[in-house]
Amino acid sequence: MNCGVVLFHTNSAALRAEKVLQRAGLVVKLIPTPREFSSDCGIALRFEWQDAARVQQLLDEARVERASIEPMGG
Amino acid sequence: MIYLDNAATSFPKPPQVIRAMNDFLERAGGNPGRSGHRLSVEAGRIVYDAREAIAELFGARDPLRVIFTLNATHALNLALRGILRAGDRVITTGIEHNAVMRPLRALEREGVRVAVVPCARDGSLDLSALRDALRLGARLVVVNHASNVIGTILPIAEIARRARAAGAWVLVDAAQTAGVVPIDIEAMEIDLLAFTGHKGLYGPPGTGGLVLGERVDAAMIEPLMRGGTGSRSEFEEQPDDLPDKFECGTPNGVGIAGLGAGVRFVLERGIETIRAHEVALTRALIEGLSEIPGVTVYGTRDAELQTATVSFTVANRRVSEIGLRLDEEFGVLCRVGLHCAPSAHRTIGTFPEGTVRFASSVFTTLEEIRAALDAVRRIVQV
Repeated sequence: MNCGVVLFHTNSAALRAEKVLQRAGLVVKLIPTPREFSSDCGIALRFEWQDAARVQQLLDEARVERASIEPMGG
Repeated sequence: MIYLDNAATSFPKPPQVIRAMNDFLERAGGNPGRSGHRLSVEAGRIVYDAREAIAELFGARDPLRVIFTLNATHALNLALRGILRAGDRVITTGIEHNAVMRPLRALEREGVRVAVVPCARDGSLDLSALRDALRLGARLVVVNHASNVIGTILPIAEIARRARAAGAWVLVDAAQTAGVVPIDIEAMEIDLLAFTGHKGLYGPPGTGGLVLGERVDAAMIEPLMRGGTGSRSEFEEQPDDLPDKFECGTPNGVGIAGLGAGVRFVLERGIETIRAHEVALTRALIEGLSEIPGVTVYGTRDAELQTATVSFTVANRRVSEIGLRLDEEFGVLCRVGLHCAPSAHRTIGTFPEGTVRFASSVFTTLEEIRAALDAVRRIVQV
């Protein structure tokens, strides 16, 4: 399964995003930020890449600040 | 025992608060926001959930604009020190707590101009005097929502409207009203709301916070402390992101877990229900005290216009003697003296002797109020 990660500037934003996406029924998981990405915040939110557009839309609607959304390698 | 010192700290706490704190230490003891493992994430979730509950209670749309602090004093210092610079003018009232007055007097020595709008003896604020003070302009207006001495509730929405029209930010000290009186920071046009966790929110001591309204540009506020946030760790400068800019070092996770449970207790019980209960108790208390010969009750003497905090004195009796006898002979626990608010006591005419203060909570009963009144009656007789 292809996954992506949402990267954040703060831990609180990551926790907020987890809540927003879970409430919308998406399967997400907070993971330690993979080192190939920015080390801005220690945790990142992993999601199924097929949901990428929906993730972006939901986070925009809830005005959750984020650094970027990236596909995960492998 | 009858506990009537809830304006100092509420007691007892709801059982769910104690359970949440126990649960945090037993099950979720990681350092919130620092690591990616499950215990750290779980601790972070508990802290975040508390942020969300507080945002809901105060009508804040963005939970990340809730900044956790140790107490209301810490939140007030963060706001006052963070906003005011030499040459700025700040307006406050004649009924404030030392949590506001002491930081202001220190800032005054550093070149901040402090204007105090006097209050009437019942604690009410003359809005035309505020309007006059605002004519000279101000960076900030700082007011308590309710007096910690006599409970008088100030008309925050009216104050905020006038302050905004004059271009000033409004900082509200809600130490006595959070969880007790409805507060909606957007509807009331509050720019910064300082609250404590251990009074009307039924959390433990060591918790509190500052809520930033939508209009406040956080870039205009200097942090009180700088340090590790678990974010932007590659930089040696404090990040600008909220809430990290103003929250550094390991937070009081266990306390915040308790605070979150306390806020949820308030939300479930309902502010209107809590308020109605406390108004009924306060009415009975004011009426009962007023009927006792030699007793003077301060404030508006109208339960609808104040919190459940009532101050009184007895002619020719020291307040310290009354406090000691209430405790030793009747098991009634209250606070006597100046209540860290010399300015308020000067306003009501009780400086430097102070008053006896009875303060109820949602757990206080009418029977307890009647028993406390009996105790005062008997002390006055002998």
